Amino acid sequence: MNETTNKNAFFHGLRQSLVVTLVLLLLCGFVFPVLLSGISTVIFPSQANGSLVYADGQAVGAENIGQDFTEPYFMKGRPSAYNYNTYYEDDQGNQYYNDGSEFAGLSSGSNNYAPSNPALTERVEVDIEAFLEANPDVKREDIPADLMTASGSGLDPHISPESARIQIPALAAASGLSEDKLEQIVADNTEGKLFGIFGEETVNVLGVNLDIAKAMGLVGDASK
Amino acid sequence: MLQLVLTLIIYLILVIPVGRYLYHIAAGKHTFADPVFDRVDGAIYKLGGVDPHKGMNWKQYAMALIGTNAVMIAIGYIILRIQSLPLLNPNGIDGMEPTLAFNTIISFMTNTNLQHYSGESGLSYLSQMLVIIFMMFVSAASGYAACVAFIRGLAGKTKDNVGNFFADLVRITTRVLLPFSLVGGLLLVWQGVPQNFSENVVVQTLEGTYQVLAMGPVAALEIIKHLGTNGGGFFGANSTTPMENPTILSNLIELYSMMLLPGACVITFGKMVGDGRLQHQKSKTPENALPAHQEGITARLFGKEGRSIFLAMGILFLVGLSLCYWAELQGNPTLAEIGLNQSAGSMEGKEVRFGIAQSALFTTVTTSFTTGTVNNMHDTLTPLGGMVPLLHMMLNCVFGGKGVGLMNMILYAILAVFICGLMVGRTPEYLGKKIEGREMKLTALAIIIHPLLILAFSALAVATAAGQAGITNPGFHGLSQVLYEYASSAANNGSGFEGLADNTYFWNITTGIVMFLGRYLPIVIQLAIAGSLMKKNYVNESAGTLRTSTVSFAVILVFVVYIFAALTFFPALALGPIAEHLTLWG
Repeated sequence: MNETTNKNAFFHGLRQSLVVTLVLLLLCGFVFPVLLSGISTVIFPSQANGSLVYADGQAVGAENIGQDFTEPYFMKGRPSAYNYNTYYEDDQGNQYYNDGSEFAGLSSGSNNYAPSNPALTERVEVDIEAFLEANPDVKREDIPADLMTASGSGLDPHISPESARIQIPALAAASGLSEDKLEQIVADNTEGKLFGIFGEETVNVLGVNLDIAKAMGLVGDASK
Repeated sequence: MLQLVLTLIIYLILVIPVGRYLYHIAAGKHTFADPVFDRVDGAIYKLGGVDPHKGMNWKQYAMALIGTNAVMIAIGYIILRIQSLPLLNPNGIDGMEPTLAFNTIISFMTNTNLQHYSGESGLSYLSQMLVIIFMMFVSAASGYAACVAFIRGLAGKTKDNVGNFFADLVRITTRVLLPFSLVGGLLLVWQGVPQNFSENVVVQTLEGTYQVLAMGPVAALEIIKHLGTNGGGFFGANSTTPMENPTILSNLIELYSMMLLPGACVITFGKMVGDGRLQHQKSKTPENALPAHQEGITARLFGKEGRSIFLAMGILFLVGLSLCYWAELQGNPTLAEIGLNQSAGSMEGKEVRFGIAQSALFTTVTTSFTTGTVNNMHDTLTPLGGMVPLLHMMLNCVFGGKGVGLMNMILYAILAVFICGLMVGRTPEYLGKKIEGREMKLTALAIIIHPLLILAFSALAVATAAGQAGITNPGFHGLSQVLYEYASSAANNGSGFEGLADNTYFWNITTGIVMFLGRYLPIVIQLAIAGSLMKKNYVNESAGTLRTSTVSFAVILVFVVYIFAALTFFPALALGPIAEHLTLWG
């Protein structure tokens, strides 16, 4: 083998690498996502655009994404390191989470506290005390673990049925709705396991609160 | 418990037809979809001047793989640096800082998908598509191509032709990854994964506050992230987020997407090696050759040699899964102490819709099949529950990422026959070839690289201030965070103990180096082993030959893997997760 054939082989190899790369770049990085978007928009328009939930014609959230609720007549979800990306604005346009700390912008995740981290126990302790104060009928040992622990995403839309049930007495007192009515609302927003086997039973908190708002007459019409 | 068993049974049923299809693609056999794909591939070959029938020897193949990956890295790096351009960038994302871009591009090219950025604030839609989604396809296809070349070498139909890299790369992309992704992507959108190019939506909530909701081409990324065992999420919190993984059904789709192809690789291996042996037997002693239809059903479905490898991987997987599931069910004793009921298990960092069972399963799968996607936060797992993903990345052969896990397991198989050979005093053989000095040296080298990278860099990190600065959890867990990060990098997994503050020069550069070496060194060495084995003549089986297609060999293999892991990693594990467990429960 002499030098020119070596050189030729190199350039031939480079050409193959370069062209195959560019073709695949176009095919996988552009054609595929655009094609998928196109088909999705036609057959699953709502899901493709984020499964938004509307009340009185206005988008108020997304079906799959949790929200931070503070009103006593609304059901509470799990703690979130990013407050479910829920925030308010003051007059100067500064943005804050509901707890008063500065809004970090769109995020997801958790505090990533190890089980042995004292910060975890501290946070849970504070949350338990606050919850017991808001729900005086509840005994400490009856609080389900999911309600006092943060999800991985910080956006978990669900709580367990037990976590929903123990909030009902306090919700009834604050909203003026009967406990029966609230139990019905929780049942309407409870989803069972897939085929009765896979996953867990879940209650969608935003769904519950939309129904509460509707029953209290805060909103007229809601579509989920 | 029932849902775990059923999930795995369904997997075993699904993996067989996929394995068959993959085998047909790898072996260049006819499939039902050829009329369409032959044209697509033909056009690509013509454009690039590729002659798909021109074979390469292992050195040419390795060079083509590395050269092409280098070109891809260069293009991807440029896009990340200039992503602030107003092209498919509705959320106004800035360009990426150089060390972070270096880390990111290595991470995605090596199929690792370690992320030191958060997708929602760090990448434009253009980068998500042209860098992340593109890399997810081609890094998976590259890994698979290397694996197929390796298998061709072991099957030994010719003396030096391991196939054409470009043809393999294109075929796996167009015939497996793209069609599977399109179908799977649509299923994910149906379940509620967004797929659009709109800017993020701000809504006014029922309480009058605001909430910002993420948008983007999420489903397209999500499906190839799992199919290609990539693992890097569109968002910071990956598949825990309800945008990426909204329902239990989407969770199962993602689970199977990442399990199917690595399992199918083992079947491909079994069948191709079986073909090679059959061809050899026919040419030598046609009357003694065992016709395929007389073999047992599992041997026919998985290939005889594939079956024992699959079994060994299955045993390792089940041991890990059981430990992880059990540990998470125990809950967290420090929370029990302050009066929080732990009967539901350790729920910190987990989603209600997945619960303990599907979280433990996903955790074990993502690290066994080295995907790196997470549906719960691994940093918050109980110590022993978190040790399982750490250990499986250290083993790096429990199914493993696309193709690579199989190649690693074959190294352990070679090691196993060597050890057994020493015990009975015979020259070891594997797949009908003598294992001699050259192969053993290369095997030892390839096996030692992985622990060396993990332990040496962990030592560096805990010894330097820059490394220690990343640790965010106190006590023994801090060491686990460091070990996890390097194990994840070296195994090209990409999951993390996400608390680690890793977007710094130190962590970006060191993990970038580890990912690079952890990917390309083993691939080159493994191809060299295959290249050396394929030159040898078949030896005839005798009474003294250790049969590697048996259950007992699978058990030996499991022990070899565990013993090797214990010898290398036990001290580190004892100081990390095990010590943390003892303090919590002591």
